[in-house]
Amino acid sequence: MPRARTEFQAGLRAGLSLLIAIVPFGLVTGVAMAAAGISPLEAMAMSVLVYAGAAMLAAVQLIAEGAPALVIVLAAFVVNLRLFMYSASIRPYFAGEPLARRLIVSYALVDNPYALFLQRFGTRPGDPGKFEYFVGIAVPVWICWQSTVAAGLLLGNQLPAAWKLDFAAPLAFIAMSIPLLRDRFMVIAAASAGLTAVLAHGLPLRLGLALAAIAGIAAGVLFESFVKIEKK
Amino acid sequence: MSLWLVILGMSVATFGQRASFLLLPDHVKLPVLLRRALQYVPAAVLTAIWAPELMLQKGVLSLAPGNERLLAGIVAIAVAWRFRGTFVTIAAGLVALHVFDQLF
Repeated sequence: MPRARTEFQAGLRAGLSLLIAIVPFGLVTGVAMAAAGISPLEAMAMSVLVYAGAAMLAAVQLIAEGAPALVIVLAAFVVNLRLFMYSASIRPYFAGEPLARRLIVSYALVDNPYALFLQRFGTRPGDPGKFEYFVGIAVPVWICWQSTVAAGLLLGNQLPAAWKLDFAAPLAFIAMSIPLLRDRFMVIAAASAGLTAVLAHGLPLRLGLALAAIAGIAAGVLFESFVKIEKK
Repeated sequence: MSLWLVILGMSVATFGQRASFLLLPDHVKLPVLLRRALQYVPAAVLTAIWAPELMLQKGVLSLAPGNERLLAGIVAIAVAWRFRGTFVTIAAGLVALHVFDQLF
């Protein structure tokens, strides 16, 4: 299957280009887990099994605060709501693929590889080699993620608090969210969610985050409907 | 051990979210409203994570110049908008935080 091999190699090259974005995020996550007192075994188990940096960072903060297990899992669920969107959006490209391949894609479905995959196949959904390309991206990203988390765990508490590296976590989210604001609907959705998150911050059980997600989605959908009705 | 419970719960939930639509049979069509709503989820959720970290100081709303995390965040937002890179955004934000910390 020369085609499959070519696509795998193309995916590898694309995946390698992502590593500059993965390295700081993985380090930040590892450092945060060490600072929260999570043991290396538990931290790596979480990193391999959950494999979702944003949710892990949110969870780590709550673990450090001593929040109940259910609250932590629910907060991670809300942070990962976007995975539903990735799953729905990437699904047509894997129609007809066997279950095993869909499970592999599911496990490795994270922000940057998802975006890269759509860059390649978004306008050419009929091209062959989609699974191979996706795996090609996923392999270097996975290896890089796990090793930088491990490196962050090792560095962990040796980094002086005066460096203020805890601020790298919100910065990583800024870096992920700002490029998504490609039209005014996205800006409205993001601004509504951000504002709601700030105002509802005091609510217990991280309800503020869930409310913010709902407010942002509703604002985007409503504003879009409103503008499209006006144009008619 | 409750941390292992957390890890198990997060693993199941996260994998479920990723597999949700991918495992649906091919003939199932998603409602238009659901697809429209889903497209706003990443921008909404990711912004909701960082906004309180910039605008609150010890849980209190703080939009004054003395809030150096807000100022550094604005620098990072500008850099993210212009250059779209994770590495430069984090680096610019951290440097800005230290500079503003010295200034104020």
